[in-house]
Amino acid sequence: MTTNSPATVLVSCLHDHEPGLLSAFKRQLDTQGLSSQVEVIDAGCRGMCSLGPIVLIQPEQIFYTNVHTEDVADLVGKTLVNQEIIERLTYKRPESHEAVCFYEETPFYHRQARTVMRKCGMIDPQSIDSYIANGGYRALGDVLTFMSPEEVIDAVKKSGLRGRGGAGFSTGRKWEHTRHAPGSPKYVIANGDEGDPGAFMNRSLMEGDPHSIIEGMIIGAYAIGANQGYIYVRDEYPLAVHNLNLAINQALDYGLLGSNILGSGFDVKIDIVRGAGAFVCGESSALMQSVEGKVGEPRPKHFHATERGLWDLPTALNNVETWADIPLIINRGADWFASIGTAGSTGTKTFCLAGAVQNSGLIEVPLGITLREIIFDIGGGVPGNHEFKAVQTGGPSGGCIPASLLDLSVDYDSLAEVGSMMGSGGMIVMDDHTCMVDLARYFLDFLREESCGKCTPCREGIRCMLGILTRITDGQADMDDLEKLETLAVTVQTASLCGLGKSAPNPVLSTLRYFRDEYIAHIRDHKCPAGVCKALITYTIDADACTGCDVCRKRCPQNAISGERKEPHTIDPELCVKCGICYDVCKFDAVIVT
Amino acid sequence: MAKFKSVEELNQWREHLQKAAQSRSESSTTITIGMGTCGISAGARAVRDALVNELDARHMDVEIVEVGCIGLCAQEPLLDIQQGAEPRVTYANVTPKMVPRIIEDHLMKGRIVDKWVFGRVQSGGQHDN
Repeated sequence: MTTNSPATVLVSCLHDHEPGLLSAFKRQLDTQGLSSQVEVIDAGCRGMCSLGPIVLIQPEQIFYTNVHTEDVADLVGKTLVNQEIIERLTYKRPESHEAVCFYEETPFYHRQARTVMRKCGMIDPQSIDSYIANGGYRALGDVLTFMSPEEVIDAVKKSGLRGRGGAGFSTGRKWEHTRHAPGSPKYVIANGDEGDPGAFMNRSLMEGDPHSIIEGMIIGAYAIGANQGYIYVRDEYPLAVHNLNLAINQALDYGLLGSNILGSGFDVKIDIVRGAGAFVCGESSALMQSVEGKVGEPRPKHFHATERGLWDLPTALNNVETWADIPLIINRGADWFASIGTAGSTGTKTFCLAGAVQNSGLIEVPLGITLREIIFDIGGGVPGNHEFKAVQTGGPSGGCIPASLLDLSVDYDSLAEVGSMMGSGGMIVMDDHTCMVDLARYFLDFLREESCGKCTPCREGIRCMLGILTRITDGQADMDDLEKLETLAVTVQTASLCGLGKSAPNPVLSTLRYFRDEYIAHIRDHKCPAGVCKALITYTIDADACTGCDVCRKRCPQNAISGERKEPHTIDPELCVKCGICYDVCKFDAVIVT
Repeated sequence: MAKFKSVEELNQWREHLQKAAQSRSESSTTITIGMGTCGISAGARAVRDALVNELDARHMDVEIVEVGCIGLCAQEPLLDIQQGAEPRVTYANVTPKMVPRIIEDHLMKGRIVDKWVFGRVQSGGQHDN
């Protein structure tokens, strides 16, 4: 240490271990004549008490643990005067930590490739500094310094990025069309109107890393020549709205949004539009109607949104996840992005793994991974003694994929080929206790409620299909109904106005394709093989297995069960409402559903 | 904070932030709580309150960072402890009642409470892109 470089000694986590440590330091510094150059500060407790007392010497950042009074002479004499490190006081990694496995070693994370979500759960989403410190807005800086708009579009095209909202259109081509379309001003829109039941990928991204979306949108606006962006987010996501608002305001304060961004002369504003939660507003043209303040209904597709979108002007609308992929493509390169996934579906995709699966949650995987890897390796398989039956991808209007197709590659084209779709990324796993007819009925009911009613095929077709499905689950349908159902499904698929109507029959068509036997069992045999459809099942008690423990009798809300203690019980079918409570509470598997 | 007038200024600020974060992380503890919607609905707010009270009572200067969802929604609330440059240690399904024990054992005594641990994760520290 030279005389003109003052040092600071921060002592922390002293507690009662070494009450005399500070005064020992001061005495030693006095003795060596260094008091005027070295400041000793009691930094309190910083949560590392097990290593305390701790000494941090600045500006050299020398870190000593378990420092005692007898070490002070060495510390001052060797380290402060001669810059010598005292080995015995340096930090030793605690052995107990080594025994704890890393996330990447757990089955849940091992097969994942967290890239677009890499900062979620790691950074403080309400602090722009946390984003910047982790490399945030570096891509924007590079774009504004080194790249022309055309070069940005070329990079995005080369990366092979396809829309993460589910339709899977090439993002680079969409931007190119928007850039070259006549008309001004132009717009960029982020679709955060995630409406699929059980899907929350977009919510997590908006909550956990809002700046990545904003950075992607600024770059996109630069590339297509837009000066205004909108983020459409449903109001049921209050934390997402809050964090996005904070992020926009922080970016404005830093001059990363607004006029003359980073001195480049480029201006862009981003505003939030809160949606009222209509499923149809996730459809691009309905979303734009809603932004315009009109009723959220799809428009006829004579023109692409890239030519006549918001207020009939050229508009690039992408899912929030697509936007968040952009900074990654700029930072790590289009080739890096294209090297992940398959030839036709590059990069990673987030999915919400839910339903009958051990490890439910939010995952991000390279495209081209198989359904089996997702469900059994990452998801840990089906819990209990149940068997995997099917997985539904793509939300309520996605299709059900059976066990025979578990080795299917998860990419845009393979999913479409088997009658499902990528969708925004819902993935619902079903076990052998799921009735596929009932499932189709459930989703059709959801879609009937959410149909905007503008076009007849979707409005009336879904209602009629739902009627037939309900008759089947009630055991009142005949084989002609099955034919009608198929005709209706194909009609709705062909003639509906928007993508949501066109995909609405998917649950029906895919279950008919892979689980036709179940439909026939309902219609012809009046049986529900999964034991779900109430009109077609009866609950009985197996007298041999029943121990007469009396639990079911006490729990039955209808008093339909009778029997003496320790004697086999019976269920009165006249009183039974088939609630299934007795089945759930019986520890001896004596309740049988037929 | 004034607006950045150039890319240079932004890059300088990033370097400054990274240095500051590094020097702080060397000798202090950061506790991270998952406060996405999944964390909040699983009870993360009560865990955070218990943590603030516990740290106050012990006069500990420990930074608490609220983060979004890391994907383990079924294991929320998640509470991570990062000491120095060590990887973060994640506790899963944390309740307010578990907080004093975690502070006492992990921070004071340097012992991980094994039965509540999910795993370790390399710090978000310096992801640079």
